[in-house]
Amino acid sequence: MQKILLAHGGGGEETGALIREVFQKHFSNEALNALEDAAVLSWPTDRIAFTTDSFTVDPPFFSGGDIGKLAVAGTVNDLCVMGARARFLSAGFIIEEGFPLQDLETIAVSMAREASLSGLSIVTGDTKVMPRGDLKGIVINTSGVGEILYDGLSASAVATGDTIIVSGTVGDHGACILASREGIDFKLALESDCASLWPLVASVLDSGARVHAMRDPTRGGLAAVLNEWARQSAVEIEVAEEAVPVHNAVRGACELLGIEPTHLASEGRVVLAVHAAAAEAVLAALQSHSAGEGSRVIGTVLASERPRVVLRSAHNTRRIMDPPSGEILPRIC
Amino acid sequence: MASSAEWFREFRDARKMEALAADIRKMRPGRISIMEVCGGHTHVIMRYGLNQMLPADIRFVHGPGCPVCIIPKERIDQAIALARCDDVVLVTLADLMRVPGSSSSLIRERAEGRDIRMVYSPMDVLKIAGDAPEKQVVYFAIGFETTAPLTAALVHTVLQSGTENVLIHMNHVLVPPALDAVMGADDVAIQAFIAPGHVTAITGIGIYRGLCERHQVPVVVSGFEPVDMLQSVRMILEQMEAGRAEVAIQYTRAVQPEGNPKAQALVAEYFAVRDGFRWRGLGEIPASGLALKPDYAGLDAEVCFADRLQVAPVDDHRVCICGEILRGKQEPTDCPVFGRACTPGNPMGACMVSSEGACHAYLTYQQVR
Repeated sequence: MQKILLAHGGGGEETGALIREVFQKHFSNEALNALEDAAVLSWPTDRIAFTTDSFTVDPPFFSGGDIGKLAVAGTVNDLCVMGARARFLSAGFIIEEGFPLQDLETIAVSMAREASLSGLSIVTGDTKVMPRGDLKGIVINTSGVGEILYDGLSASAVATGDTIIVSGTVGDHGACILASREGIDFKLALESDCASLWPLVASVLDSGARVHAMRDPTRGGLAAVLNEWARQSAVEIEVAEEAVPVHNAVRGACELLGIEPTHLASEGRVVLAVHAAAAEAVLAALQSHSAGEGSRVIGTVLASERPRVVLRSAHNTRRIMDPPSGEILPRIC
Repeated sequence: MASSAEWFREFRDARKMEALAADIRKMRPGRISIMEVCGGHTHVIMRYGLNQMLPADIRFVHGPGCPVCIIPKERIDQAIALARCDDVVLVTLADLMRVPGSSSSLIRERAEGRDIRMVYSPMDVLKIAGDAPEKQVVYFAIGFETTAPLTAALVHTVLQSGTENVLIHMNHVLVPPALDAVMGADDVAIQAFIAPGHVTAITGIGIYRGLCERHQVPVVVSGFEPVDMLQSVRMILEQMEAGRAEVAIQYTRAVQPEGNPKAQALVAEYFAVRDGFRWRGLGEIPASGLALKPDYAGLDAEVCFADRLQVAPVDDHRVCICGEILRGKQEPTDCPVFGRACTPGNPMGACMVSSEGACHAYLTYQQVR
């Protein structure tokens, strides 16, 4: 089997071959094919959103996706929760010497597929190779620019009376990765929810409903998003514990490991704060989409002197929902 | 797996919980303190807000039942010293990783490049040892009576299979001596115990008879769901109303009065009770830990690495009140450093260390009314 060599990152003949035979082959577009030092883009728009994210996931191939799909979807999602449709992406690859070439190609194919779903182009890139052992497998950075189609979304715009909606079960991706990690050797009947959110989010924004804030609950999970909103908008968010959708397998794994599903990452879900009068329409728009069938109203925004997130149980007790801190480690008993 | 959520639903049913809480309120017990021994129970009380459902004069006192929390700093230092030895792979259970010793933690040592692995089952040690025959694999064993049989099974398999590169560092501790130590302190006012379900599933209920008779306190062995715990509180109050003090089992779906004889035999074959063990927060407690029997000293990391391991006690910072919390004299919120200088990311004392610790549970599940 062919492996990535240090020479593939050296800028010489091998680098050129790798670009042609893997990246150009799968990402092909006019700006990329020009093979200049920078992509030249013609794009008449006055408001753009710009974001970057780096992706390290162990293992790089997991149930429901791989690091390539994640790297494209992650950046698309960061743009779309700002009301922006991703147009152009850059992709930087840092690869460990000895990484199977076949795996790199599989990752590129999956990036190309994910990019086409949102109608965007990967227009520039970079490859570096690090000596074996200096890095585990592969790290991908993607940066993306998108055209803002819906203005005013902000973590500071959550208002008293708003309804909080989540587009499906939380924590699927995090649980999936945790379960396949070294050291916790059990299998879950579960796939990562990793997906590009643009089509789903577009259907909500197109409906004209008043959305105040959107976030994809990645690292830190639902709890981190809601806490950030509460802090930045100076409100109290009350969540009905039993309304938060959690996959049975995720709940089971969390019980076993002593962790909270609301602390685990999702990679294909969106949380929305919407004007109460628009809640029904937004929920209907989400649920009419296959990626949003599991959407639920999970809470409301209350006026409060203290910004905080409160979880109300079915038996009417209330407690604080904190964001996670430190590395998520399973407990022993 | 798919049915697991269904399975525990009836034990979290809001209506059942409310009915039990109403029963308890009707019993008007007056002021009582109930110690839930196990950190798992503390976690359930705080997570489900059971204290909010019950009358304010029923007070839960959070016991010393978190095996990660009570490991003293000098033993964490020993784990770190072992991990720093060349050719040693240190293996332990996950949440011990972040417990700070005197100057480092296993998670920090792992970042420094030491070979430290987390496992979910002690038997995984065999695979690690098989994959790296040139390394010495040391299993840092922790836990109460519940997990001691798993370590004994590892010892058994290591001996049977002739595996030569596995050593055990024993930190298994015992529940009854710790409860005696708590009750033996001056001015302790605990009127009843909720006893740990999974410990008892192994040991049987005999281990609480002495406690129950000496101090005339009801002891109810409880399951780990909110309905279980409310039912256990009701059972305690029923005993008190009738003027009885007995050991009873609420967690009948897992606990037999005689426990698990096979597991007990495995533990008895390989382990003996130590003269004493130092508990973080509680100090030295006589006959409260297990060690490998002298016949198996060749597997004992404390023996084999004796020249590398410091044994002098290392105490917590003097502002830490964990000892008082573990004896039920103070609550986490009484501590001046709770949630400020002492957090889960940087725990200063036993109760903040693991998610099962009382301070950790208070901080994670801050209650609002």
